[in-house]
Amino acid sequence: MNYIEIIEDLCVGCNACVPSCRFGVIKIINDIAIIEEGCTVCGACLDACPYDAIVSRAELTESKPVDINEYSGVCVVAELEHGKPATVGFELLSVGRTLANAREVDLTTIILGHNIKDLAESYVYRGSDRVIVADSEYLKDFNEENYSIVLEKLVKKYQPEIVLCGATIWGRSIIPRLAVKINTGLTADCTQLDIDPETGLLMQTRPAFGGNIMATILCPNTRPQMATVRPRVMKPLPEEIERKSEVIVEDLSDIKWPRKRTTILESVEELGEMINIAEADVIVSGGRGLDGPEAFGMLFELAKIFNGAVGASRAAVDAGWIPYAHQVGQTGKTVSPKLYIAIGISGAIQHQVGMQPSEVIMAINKDPNAPIFELADYGFVGDLFEVVPSLIKKMKK
Amino acid sequence: MRIFVCIKEVPDTTDVKIDSETGTLIRAGVPSILNPFDMSALEEALQLKDKNPSVKVTVICMGPPQTEKNLRETLAMGADDVYLLTDREFAGADTWATSYTISTAIKYLGGADIIFAGKQAIDGDTAQTGPGIAEWLDIPQITFVRKVCEVKDGKIVAERSRDFGYDLVEAELPVLVTIIKGEKTPRLPSLRGMLKAKRTEIKKLNADDIKVKKENIGLNGSPTRVHRIFTPPKRAEGEKYEGEFSELAEKCAEIIKSLNIV
Repeated sequence: MNYIEIIEDLCVGCNACVPSCRFGVIKIINDIAIIEEGCTVCGACLDACPYDAIVSRAELTESKPVDINEYSGVCVVAELEHGKPATVGFELLSVGRTLANAREVDLTTIILGHNIKDLAESYVYRGSDRVIVADSEYLKDFNEENYSIVLEKLVKKYQPEIVLCGATIWGRSIIPRLAVKINTGLTADCTQLDIDPETGLLMQTRPAFGGNIMATILCPNTRPQMATVRPRVMKPLPEEIERKSEVIVEDLSDIKWPRKRTTILESVEELGEMINIAEADVIVSGGRGLDGPEAFGMLFELAKIFNGAVGASRAAVDAGWIPYAHQVGQTGKTVSPKLYIAIGISGAIQHQVGMQPSEVIMAINKDPNAPIFELADYGFVGDLFEVVPSLIKKMKK
Repeated sequence: MRIFVCIKEVPDTTDVKIDSETGTLIRAGVPSILNPFDMSALEEALQLKDKNPSVKVTVICMGPPQTEKNLRETLAMGADDVYLLTDREFAGADTWATSYTISTAIKYLGGADIIFAGKQAIDGDTAQTGPGIAEWLDIPQITFVRKVCEVKDGKIVAERSRDFGYDLVEAELPVLVTIIKGEKTPRLPSLRGMLKAKRTEIKKLNADDIKVKKENIGLNGSPTRVHRIFTPPKRAEGEKYEGEFSELAEKCAEIIKSLNIV
């Protein structure tokens, strides 16, 4: 990052820079301008100084081009959820194992948090050759700045050729900052990863334009090659509790932790007993055809039989029948359950892009021409107010 | 207080086509709109301005010159000024190069107290440019925000959505905040706003204006490369049942049970 420096020999303490600072962080102390904490390096003071005593400097970074051959190994940054391993970490180890084998390199897991050493074993059981534990009270809460600083240190030290992280809110908040810190590429939300047998490059394939096209992305000249990977696409390897491997508790004593600028005041579990649609195996989803909020009661009853979740189309959410957290589609969530049951949903393209990855799609709709039937593996043309109660009865049997 | 809102122009339809010869997207003929998440971000900014008229809302966008047309809408909604970063050299930028370019422009324009952006754009769906801008500027971030609760005493409090619910997060200004579509529907342009939009110039800035390092911008500055674009395989045609409701329910239950999910 850049920073602002006052050249003390040139500064006469004239005060011209003080009002130019939009953040009020310049003070004159003993006839010399001092920049206090909070400088955004906006540069407004540079022009204000009549004596050219204020300069913007770029922090020295390694100017030599990256020798990509110095980087080796596959590294998974595994997310913890409420202090426990999130499933997505195991999914990443599964695809990471395949990539590491193809490259004939090691597979490393990094976990970040506080008092988490005991969790390392579970990653060994799932295929990791090495687990690096970054343990600090500064890492207790989700803090993108601290997490990305630690990851920067670890990537520079261990120099993996590939870094993978879950494309969750956690991963998608941290890794883009890391990519800027270490000047390398990052591909978002990949659904397929392969090694190009000729070049050895990581081929990162992801949906774009709402899933209407797939793009394969390469990161040819910088390292590591980094990708976030969509949860629930890869299958975790079975646990092998005989597996043994190295666990390194990383020394973080040399890290200069920045001043804390964000605080989590409260972490609220909102869904209660409801299952999150991003994680459910079965989603029962309702749309405009439900004619009001009442009919969602039926959908919850059906979903409960499967231990599943209730989704909704944008029309139902916009009508205020059900909260936004349930919305599936372009402006909602993308889901990939084993079974998706669309009830009273016509299936606009904006909805389709959010549920297209589902393994099996069922649709119940009275309009035989509804676009959802083009997508459904099993379509049922009928009145949902008759079919659904009857289906609930039959499923309960 | 100065607020920047980052806005991207995207194709209106998700029904895009690919040129089978070049493998690139056919954007011609597809109408463009402003990214819906960015419009939610603009609405959050404008609501802060509603409460405190001294707030200045600046829209910043990187795109081709014709983006100017759609950007007028943001003026009509109430943005104070609009900057369009437009230069052939910006073209082909990935999220690393884009976040560098936008952050450099924000610095050039005097810096921000709050930078709002949509959580992601509906064409690329990466959600990476926002946090990238925060890192370039070395400022904190709150991503995936569904509601801005309060801006007071140099701090912002917002609800960041999580898979399990939400985190209530407090951050110091200057800060970058990315917005999901929340409860706040973007406002319609007012008549007065539309008149103002006609009179207001959309300021264009190129690479030399904002003094970017040329090796960091556009396709050449981008660490990632698109190797191949293809259409995903279509789903096999499904089965469709019609008839009396209890028969339908019976068939449906039978199929569900045969899937062995439950």
